[in-house]
Amino acid sequence: MEKFSTLTSTAIPLKISNVDTDQIIPARFLKATDKKGFGDNLFRDWRYDKQKKLIPDFALNNTKYSGSILVAGDNFGCGSSREHAAWALAGYGFKVIVSSFFADIFKGNVLNNGLLPIQVSEEILEQLFAAINNNAEVQFKINLETQTLAVLGTQIETTFDIDPYKKTCLINGYDDIDYLLSKKDKIEAFELQKTHSI
Amino acid sequence: MKKTLFDKVWDAHVVDAIDNGPQILYIDKHLIHEVTSPQAFNELNDRNIPIFRPNQIVATADHNTPTENQHLPVPDDLSRHQLEQLAKNCAANNITLYELGHKYNGIVHVMAPELGVTQPGMTMVCGDSHTSTHGAFGTIAFGIGTSQVAQVFASQCLLLTKPKSLRVTVNGTLKKGVLPKDVILYIISKLGTNSGTGYFCEYAGNVFENMSMEGRMTVCNMSIEMGARGGMIAPDETTFEYIKGREFAPKGTDFEKKVAYWKTLPTDDGATFDKEYTFDAEDIEPMITYGTNPGMGIKISETIPNSESESDKKSLAYMNFTAGESLIGKPINYVFIGSCTNSRIEDFRVAANYIKGKQKADNVTAWLVPGSRQVEAQIIEEGLKDIFEAAGFELRQPGCSACLAMNDDKIPQGEYCVSTSNRNFEGRQGQGSRTILASPLVAAATAVEGTIIDVSKQFV
Repeated sequence: MEKFSTLTSTAIPLKISNVDTDQIIPARFLKATDKKGFGDNLFRDWRYDKQKKLIPDFALNNTKYSGSILVAGDNFGCGSSREHAAWALAGYGFKVIVSSFFADIFKGNVLNNGLLPIQVSEEILEQLFAAINNNAEVQFKINLETQTLAVLGTQIETTFDIDPYKKTCLINGYDDIDYLLSKKDKIEAFELQKTHSI
Repeated sequence: MKKTLFDKVWDAHVVDAIDNGPQILYIDKHLIHEVTSPQAFNELNDRNIPIFRPNQIVATADHNTPTENQHLPVPDDLSRHQLEQLAKNCAANNITLYELGHKYNGIVHVMAPELGVTQPGMTMVCGDSHTSTHGAFGTIAFGIGTSQVAQVFASQCLLLTKPKSLRVTVNGTLKKGVLPKDVILYIISKLGTNSGTGYFCEYAGNVFENMSMEGRMTVCNMSIEMGARGGMIAPDETTFEYIKGREFAPKGTDFEKKVAYWKTLPTDDGATFDKEYTFDAEDIEPMITYGTNPGMGIKISETIPNSESESDKKSLAYMNFTAGESLIGKPINYVFIGSCTNSRIEDFRVAANYIKGKQKADNVTAWLVPGSRQVEAQIIEEGLKDIFEAAGFELRQPGCSACLAMNDDKIPQGEYCVSTSNRNFEGRQGQGSRTILASPLVAAATAVEGTIIDVSKQFV
């Protein structure tokens, strides 16, 4: 897994609530057996019309926005458990997703792919949207070690929570498989005890 | 200490814990399918890690399968390749696979319970968010991502933070024409799509106690639509009776021993939950959705509520509905009865009972897709297929089908589909399609009338 420690980047605003994983990557693109190429179909039906022409109004197509941070509305990533949504966001080039609320499975999926989900209050989220609206070139500075997000040249600075274990994983590029395999003895002992108890 | 059903099952599966971090939770059964497993197999293969407990994995092909001509090679190259990959991966790792055409093939959340794979007190996972279905048995069952599929392959465990507890209690008598699907759509319409996030939900009260196992599965199935990782219902005589005699159910004295253990699982009197909601069964009516998330539901007799939210406005624009209007009388050209929510025999009995002696409206294309080969066989055996065909309906072969439209069962752009599935997201049933979620009864009535009608009036 890729490591993550700090990032300074402009951000792309997606001011829509309840963005579900079917929008992030529609089901018809889930037929691959590897993790490649999903970025091309990220938000496919919001980026392209039926004639495969770019929809210019959509934030990802708006040339004034760029960067590897996505700032999204409340309850981002609800719906299906498809990790293809995380692969699509990573494949497109996003490294951080900011929202006031993430769906459970999605949050775990992005963390397992080296992406950082940052949950902020609704007030901060509004401020972030306003800051981008004021100046699309504004730089966000994220530090995972100090768990801080700041918007450079503004008063906006906030801390965010992250599970300490997951933080260590992201900073070092570890994944859960490594950890679980190191606990094999305990798992086997558990199996034995469980067989006897029930 | 007083414990909840969830606590009892969870605590019995904790192998170890990281200080200030997640716990290692042991997984009893791992269900897999063709769409979310290939990258996990690749991951282990690339890292030269063997599958730890292949005999605790059950595989089926369901998401990406055609619902006609299943005896022929799958025409779509990518789909066929994905299915072949599943077969190869299972064969190489000694994993039981019920592939297309097998008598036990079906939607993962239909076939596992009907085979007796799902049992109370277990932990179960699958790379599919509707794994919550199995909670109907008093099982901790939840959807996982593909990285987690790989973790379970490698260790039969997951690293998880214990979710908070939520209880939804519904007491009273359900009105005629109100089905389990209406109960869960009603709950989600009241609580919204993220009220359950971070929680595991227990459904309690006499409404669920009186429900069949199939009805309980419909309810637990949609827990994820309010954000909850899973939903559970306490196991009782209905549960034990359902499991008894099934292919992989414990037999003889083993079964009796298990039942004795399962009887210890229900939530202790006085156990507390982090959050509780209570509803009256009498307030529930046949439900229908009008928007693009499952929380946007109303009683079929109600009108679409006003909302100032930009997302709700976007949603109504997508559906081409306006606030204040009723859905009664809306012409509908597509009806889908199927999906892991409503594709079991009771769902088809409800539909057949309504359809019998009537005719499908000419404007309607209706797809009836059983959840499994066993359900399909039962539909034929009980004579329901004859009823459907006499009324102009087409019974297709099992699979996820138009619930997520990965195969060719797609609703055309701009068309409405009254669907018994679980998600009405934009484009869920095909690019530009508009989904209206409802019970099998409302779906059957829509197919017969060609428009949405107030089925509750038929029971007055």
